[in-house]
Amino acid sequence: MSDVYDAARESILGASDIGMADLEQTLGSLMTHSIDYGEVYLQAIRSESWGLEDGIVKDGSFSVDAGIGVRALAGEKTGFAYSDDMLRSGLNQAAEAARSIAARGQDRQPVAIQRTDVAALYPAVNPITLLDEVAKVRLLQRVDQVARQADPRVKEVNVRVSANHDVMMVLATDGTHGADVRPLVRLDVSVIVEANGRRERGNAGGGGRRGLDSLDADGWADELAREAVRMALVNLDAIDAPAGPMPVVLGPGWPGVLLHEAVGHGLEGDFNRKGSSTFANRVGQQVASSLCTVIDDGTLDGRRGSLSMDDEGTPTQSTVLIENGTLVGYMQDKLNARLMNVASTGNGRRQSYAHTPMPRMTNTFMRPGDHAPEEILQSVENGVYAVNFGGGSVDITSGRFVFSATEAYLIENGKVTAPIRGATLIGNGPDVMNKVSMVGNDLALDGGVGVCGKDGQSVPVGVGQPTLKVDEIVVGGTQA
Amino acid sequence: MDLREQESSLKELTADILAEANRQGADQAEVSVSVDAGLSVQVRKGELEQVEFNQDRGFGITVYFGKRKGSASTTDSSARAIEDTVAAAKNIASHTEEDPCNGLADADLMPADLEDLDLFHPWDIEPQAAADIARACEAEGLSADERLTNSDGAQVNTQQALRLYGNSHGFIGAYSGTRHGLSCVLIGEDDAGMQRDFWYEVNRDAQTLPSPESVGQRAAERTVARLSPRSAPTGSYPVLFEPPMAGGLISHLLNAISGGSLYRKASFLLDSMGEQVLPEWLSLTERPQLKKSLGSANFDGDGVATREKSFVNAGVVENYILSAYSARKLDMTTTGNAGGVHNLDLDGPQTPRADMLKQIDRGLLVSELMGQGVNGVTGDYSRGAAGYWIENGEIVYPVAEVTVAGNLKDIYQRIVAIGDDVDLRGNVRAPSLLIEAMTVAGA
Repeated sequence: MSDVYDAARESILGASDIGMADLEQTLGSLMTHSIDYGEVYLQAIRSESWGLEDGIVKDGSFSVDAGIGVRALAGEKTGFAYSDDMLRSGLNQAAEAARSIAARGQDRQPVAIQRTDVAALYPAVNPITLLDEVAKVRLLQRVDQVARQADPRVKEVNVRVSANHDVMMVLATDGTHGADVRPLVRLDVSVIVEANGRRERGNAGGGGRRGLDSLDADGWADELAREAVRMALVNLDAIDAPAGPMPVVLGPGWPGVLLHEAVGHGLEGDFNRKGSSTFANRVGQQVASSLCTVIDDGTLDGRRGSLSMDDEGTPTQSTVLIENGTLVGYMQDKLNARLMNVASTGNGRRQSYAHTPMPRMTNTFMRPGDHAPEEILQSVENGVYAVNFGGGSVDITSGRFVFSATEAYLIENGKVTAPIRGATLIGNGPDVMNKVSMVGNDLALDGGVGVCGKDGQSVPVGVGQPTLKVDEIVVGGTQA
Repeated sequence: MDLREQESSLKELTADILAEANRQGADQAEVSVSVDAGLSVQVRKGELEQVEFNQDRGFGITVYFGKRKGSASTTDSSARAIEDTVAAAKNIASHTEEDPCNGLADADLMPADLEDLDLFHPWDIEPQAAADIARACEAEGLSADERLTNSDGAQVNTQQALRLYGNSHGFIGAYSGTRHGLSCVLIGEDDAGMQRDFWYEVNRDAQTLPSPESVGQRAAERTVARLSPRSAPTGSYPVLFEPPMAGGLISHLLNAISGGSLYRKASFLLDSMGEQVLPEWLSLTERPQLKKSLGSANFDGDGVATREKSFVNAGVVENYILSAYSARKLDMTTTGNAGGVHNLDLDGPQTPRADMLKQIDRGLLVSELMGQGVNGVTGDYSRGAAGYWIENGEIVYPVAEVTVAGNLKDIYQRIVAIGDDVDLRGNVRAPSLLIEAMTVAGA
């Protein structure tokens, strides 16, 4: 563990004129003001991405983004500034701007910082260098060939491989001192198929917190290529989707985006502290059917949404949000936890040093139930079976949420029949969760492609669920 | 602070980067520099909530070795970082494959001189003064109706931006602009639960921003109007899109006639040049060099001079939206749209909003859209919507938790009127749009 810390510190401060004494002095200068909490966040992100199109690897890019964010909290007030120079001058300027929210007070003793060492959930590697350039190019070409060989109707193939080497260090006046090395890789395949003048797209992707070499192993990438083609071919035969309220069965895995939108965002601490969430002041109340237990867990090995420690240096944890239908807890960062008089749940996340932390999800999923998936489908006379989604969004105040199917089928007399064109499903979080009437025994997590947006900040997340039946939700097709 | 002061030193730095690329053997190179600096101040329930200072600098470098290409970017402008970044781009170019369409745009397409578009109007405001403006805005909103019980805050935001592009043809151009914004998000509550809505204004010049009170009032009116929403009947009805939503609908069309979508065959308007895609009384015209406008620019992401043109003229596609690269892929000429369009207008006879409402016996006015249910390959469109139900030309109640769906190709042909209420806050300057019929799904 200490080698993670050492690697992170060398990577961030190795070429800088900033030393540990400067950082401690900066924290001290924040404490001379009437500030409850002061924090310095240092980060260096290296990213690389390669793209294949028209059968050739035509572009690649590499980027370095490094900087320092300084945050000062006083009551409910936040002062924040950052610098993209990893230099003492940048640190001092950012600290001066951030503390301008608070008046200068009595000098206080600077607090002692203490190293937080946490169990590493992923290797402290630079994922970019774990596969050489020749192998990266070959990987993309192979995926292209597998997709094209899968079916003669495949006309276009796009493949992209990307990797992030994200190194962070955080120090705060509450004594926090942590550092982490966070690899993140993903592979995306998108194909267009054409038959009888009709064109459709299919996508597949996956990844996690590991090295690029993992994408090249075990025919994993080949499977993604075939999956993208399969999905596109299914959609070639899709008929118009029905419109109106009806029963919907959601497949396992990625459709867990339902939970992310229907309950996840609404259970983030900031919205509940401010009373702006439909779930505010409802701890202890029934907010879902008794079949539903929903968890946010940042501690899963190597998952896209996992973090050994959050961006405030708090170890991540498994947090039960809804237990057997009853709301039991919110996700918290330090600011909202302090103002609500609870402990942080390790959900304080930020897009980068240039953004302020907020309560954010990690990997959000539902515990499995008793039913076999076939049993659930058989119970529906007429409805929709949705197995793949493009993404969703939510209005946390009213609880309204949507998510858009990219692969779905009609259910007729308990049987899955014709594929239908993509349709948006819309409902209200607590309302829909109370209409969950069957939960499958087939919990699956998604393949590792989730990106969550909030207040203009993007962070990688995971979702998951077993097969679920919702008794009624509005399906936004065209066949009224 | 004035970002324009950095312009000459950044031009020198750009020349140095291009020289470094040349020294490392690149046949062609291009450099994009973006510098941003600003302040945002947020107030909630009368109290200061957040003061945030931002300043960003980024350098993007692309090198070409023959027809092979590599890119790299950095936030660090030290000589060593520049050398490393060029070397990283070169390393990538040594592994990518030859693409005959790669390379800079032709030198004679770069602007000879840059007209001043009057985009730069810095606002020298201290955090305390900004907080006072935000406070006035929010207070006006919250006092408008007793059902407005909560707030997600009011914000004042001021930004300066410098954009610079240079390439190995010898062209180095720069322009600077400012954006100042004021926004307010309010929450109302009645027996049926909570609803939120917002309003915002943004302008190049803070002097011409509407008053904080007017922004607060507008947010209040919109929020209160949404309380106690109902569903809408499922069926085929006329749908009227408010300007910001109409802008989104038009941007799907722009995407479909963009070079990138066309050469990837990922468009529902493939081979649409010369085809009727909108009613013949409607045109889409780009006016990229309007003075003081939010979308204006002298040159595009390839350094190509922008110019006024129609993409759709009298309903017929007249130009695709092309960069140097996508133009070569399609065997055409760039339209100066690397990075997108600048100030797109919907030209056609306008109908006052009230008269548009009167044309609707039963239908939906859409004030909000949710989700990503747009398939750019097929044109299939299905999105979550909220707004108001219309009976006999009058708004009768707020609507939520419905969807609107159709195929974009049909939707564009079914535009029957555009409003006189053009929204100038975005790059697509859209008025309200009335669609003859779409599928509404609700109760």
